[in-house]
Amino acid sequence: MTSRKVLLIFLACVVLVFPTFAQELRGTGDLGLIVERAKGSIQLIDTTKHTLLQRVEGLGDTSHASAVFSRDTRYAYVFGRDGGLTKVDLLTGKIVKRVLQSGNSIGGAISQDGRFIAAANYVPGGVKIFDSETLEQVADIPAYSDATQALSRVVGLEDSFGNRFAFSLFDAGEIWLADLSEDPRHPKLTQYKNIGNQPYDALVTPDGRWYVAGLYGEDGMAVLDLWHPEKGVRRVLREYGRGEQKLPVYKMPHLETWAASGNLVFIPGVGRHEVVLVDISTWQLVGRIPVAGQPVFVMSDPTGRRLWVNFAFPDYDTVQVIDVESRSIIHTLKPGKAVLHMEFTPRGEQVWISVRDANRVDIYDTTTFKKLGELPVDAPSGIFFSARANRFGL
Amino acid sequence: MKPYPWLTTLLLLGCALPVQAENLPVARQQELTRFVRQECGFCHGLRLTGGLGSSLTAEALKDKPAETLIATIRYGRTGTAMPGWAPYLSEADTEWIVDALLKGFPE
Repeated sequence: MTSRKVLLIFLACVVLVFPTFAQELRGTGDLGLIVERAKGSIQLIDTTKHTLLQRVEGLGDTSHASAVFSRDTRYAYVFGRDGGLTKVDLLTGKIVKRVLQSGNSIGGAISQDGRFIAAANYVPGGVKIFDSETLEQVADIPAYSDATQALSRVVGLEDSFGNRFAFSLFDAGEIWLADLSEDPRHPKLTQYKNIGNQPYDALVTPDGRWYVAGLYGEDGMAVLDLWHPEKGVRRVLREYGRGEQKLPVYKMPHLETWAASGNLVFIPGVGRHEVVLVDISTWQLVGRIPVAGQPVFVMSDPTGRRLWVNFAFPDYDTVQVIDVESRSIIHTLKPGKAVLHMEFTPRGEQVWISVRDANRVDIYDTTTFKKLGELPVDAPSGIFFSARANRFGL
Repeated sequence: MKPYPWLTTLLLLGCALPVQAENLPVARQQELTRFVRQECGFCHGLRLTGGLGSSLTAEALKDKPAETLIATIRYGRTGTAMPGWAPYLSEADTEWIVDALLKGFPE
């Protein structure tokens, strides 16, 4: 062997082995992703260093896309509006697998044991369950309602304990519970009829006990106690806002698992420019806090002390912070036009806010309200941190 | 006797169509394009293929009269989540949007 050949082989070895050395070992607990709603892409982010790690493209229609995380927090599962379900490796930035699972989808959830991904679909209307490892379909649950004799769009799909998923049928006014604990290929279904007109979204409380669906078509909410599903769905707050003129709603509000603190849940008033406080122990309304517009997200910071609220068009340049104890607005921010989403770091010292038209994500200190930094992101919408992997209903 | 009765019908139809739409300044047309994609897109999808709101593709709207669509945008639809946008969109704006939707909405 000539010395030149030896050198070439040596160089080849260096080139082959080098990436392993170059790639620093790292955890995933401070990673996350930001949806670029117009580009069909996501940005992977590091919440410690406040950096964009990499753009991942090819996720289809990402308007209103959302994500859940594997229980080892290495993988994100992104649900796209076009029915795409994409599994992304947060460490390598690669798409591991992508399936087009329906015609039109809006969100999903991951089972308590992390083995199953559930996707809620508008078209054809139903829930599909996938193996989280391979994205192979495990079960199909068409949301066919006997009452309407049709498939219904599914909203408010949430995971809870016992490997169960709860979801609401927007068109049929029903809540269904799918139990995967015995036979995931044939989930045991419990259907609750006549739960109210047009459930638009739902939350489960952080302990996984209460499933709460908001109603668009009428006042009040529908509540299912997952400790006692045999007791059926209860209607609460039926008197809320009765007789008051509703204001136009230019964007559907969301209900969030974050929006619970102690015994309270915080709900956007639909058609009313206020945040509603409900006591879980009695399901009575205990407060109404007037705010700057139609609330979209009402999010409690992880300490439960403060609520951060953003708004629908035309007040979507504003974010307000409510002190839960005094039930008063303590700060108003104007990050810019089209604040679409907010996400807290796991212990709540920072909040990340997407400002769509500014193509920017702002990072704020939650105690001082000082802006800590900003990142350039194309038409950002949902922000999802990997710590969601360890929580119910996100 | 009218020589061309169909001509009158055609002319009348022509008047009922959103003719002003063409006169919107290009800048406003661009604003409206963005407005529809972004704000309407929350419910109807950025690609207008529908979501909680119905699909707004040219194919989905082809049997709907322009007047109905204009009224829906301006005043909303009772019993649905569709609000009235009249406070934010002029008549000319709305007519341009409907015309564009029926032709296949620009990117």
